Amino acid sequence: MAYTKRFDGRKFDEMRPIEAKVGVIPRADGSAYFSFGNTKAIAAVYGPRPLHPVFLQNPEKGIIRVYYDMLSFSVPERKKPGPARRSMEISYVTKKALEPVLQLEAFPNTVTDVFINVIQANASTRVAGINAASMALAHAGIPMTDLVGGVSIGYVGGSIATDLTKEEEDYEEDGEKMVSDIPMAFLLRSGKLSLLQLDGKIDEENMKKAIDAAKKACAKIYEIQKKALKELK
Amino acid sequence: MEISSITKREIAEYLEKGKRFDGRDNFDLRDLSIELGYSNNAEGSARVKLGNTEIVAGVKLSVGTPYTDSPNSGVLITTTELSPMASEKFEPGPPAIFSVELARIIDRGIRESGFIDFEKLSIKEGELVWMVNLDIYPLNDAGNLIDAAAIAAVAALSQAVLPKLEDDKVLFGELTSKKLPLSEKMPLTLTFHKIGKHMILDPVTEEEEASDARLTIAISSDKKEDFINAMQKGGDKPFTVDEANYIIEHAFKNYKKLKDLVAKELKKK
Repeated sequence: MAYTKRFDGRKFDEMRPIEAKVGVIPRADGSAYFSFGNTKAIAAVYGPRPLHPVFLQNPEKGIIRVYYDMLSFSVPERKKPGPARRSMEISYVTKKALEPVLQLEAFPNTVTDVFINVIQANASTRVAGINAASMALAHAGIPMTDLVGGVSIGYVGGSIATDLTKEEEDYEEDGEKMVSDIPMAFLLRSGKLSLLQLDGKIDEENMKKAIDAAKKACAKIYEIQKKALKELK
Repeated sequence: MEISSITKREIAEYLEKGKRFDGRDNFDLRDLSIELGYSNNAEGSARVKLGNTEIVAGVKLSVGTPYTDSPNSGVLITTTELSPMASEKFEPGPPAIFSVELARIIDRGIRESGFIDFEKLSIKEGELVWMVNLDIYPLNDAGNLIDAAAIAAVAALSQAVLPKLEDDKVLFGELTSKKLPLSEKMPLTLTFHKIGKHMILDPVTEEEEASDARLTIAISSDKKEDFINAMQKGGDKPFTVDEANYIIEHAFKNYKKLKDLVAKELKKK
């Protein structure tokens, strides 16, 4: 048995329907919404603003902080409110994914805070968060050399599948899990990778195919992000 | 950012002339809209917009053991998380006191009103009951989080459906057609703010910051009569007894209007 037909009928290189919107949180300096099908994320940016305590300040450039979290009811079994180890790690890799495009030299001693909330989860939440955060940073007017876009690629039962769902993430053959989950993010103009994680088991050839699939999907995400930013009044 | 004392004075002077910055009368509410089923992994969820204030609330149901003093009753646990996303004033970390206060006011209003029929949430007397987790997240704070949160709570609860049970365990993601047992009592709050000599409802952020004191009144209705179920005084300055009585009187007067508004929004879906 191999995974030859996707559970939701999509083509293997097809993402779920995407919705992107900028300016969803009026009080924030920048904000955006991004969804892959049933996975919905909101990001809000506050800053650059003064950083306290003072010893954390960098006189050469502003710093960013990222806080990723999921609403307690965004998953089938209630998640205890507040960040746990998983959220902390995702916050950290998200920060590393976004940092390369930010030009914070003009804002020494400041902090720019990025808050990401997953409203509803059906896999690929960290990349939905990155896509929302990248637009929110642009909306906040932070000087950026590029946008960042991410997608999750799965190696499911021998096939490369773009934009993994929860059902695919849990795919099994003969009671054995047969999935690699590979979230990736790219600097969209330069094509460089700024997030790459993997969880599973994959050979060299298919890993290269997965990167290629992610790059193709992110080119589409780039267009969607630009369109959403231009639609802003 | 804290508003300047000039803005505070302006707001008070405006009220003196019977005006508010956005042209509303003292007890007028901003536009209300409710979107049900905002987050589909919750057994019930809603997004509420009151002007620019936006709140999402979700209900997750699980099973657990009842409290020994009420072995035949389900359990309600209300939390709010003031996500720093909603305001530059909220910080990441352990819950701030306003977050705890907000959750407790909403919780008392619901619990004391009898809106939820807790006895129907008993599965095996003294052993197993439904636990109702009501979680409230402001997404954008543009003033009056308490009243908006109460609306979001009622909306999310009114939509909640019980999940399936197998061998006393919840099958998450699989729902029955049974709704959470509720009455029509609809507990809502009205938070009055005192600015100088004037009382207003539904303040925007600047008005809230200019407020000398607030009094929240949670009211519910059993068709025949309306009752107060919870109250909370906040803010730095005290109220005179006359002011408190004035607020109580106007809370009852405005509850019906608010309830009709919420009921109308809930029926839309």
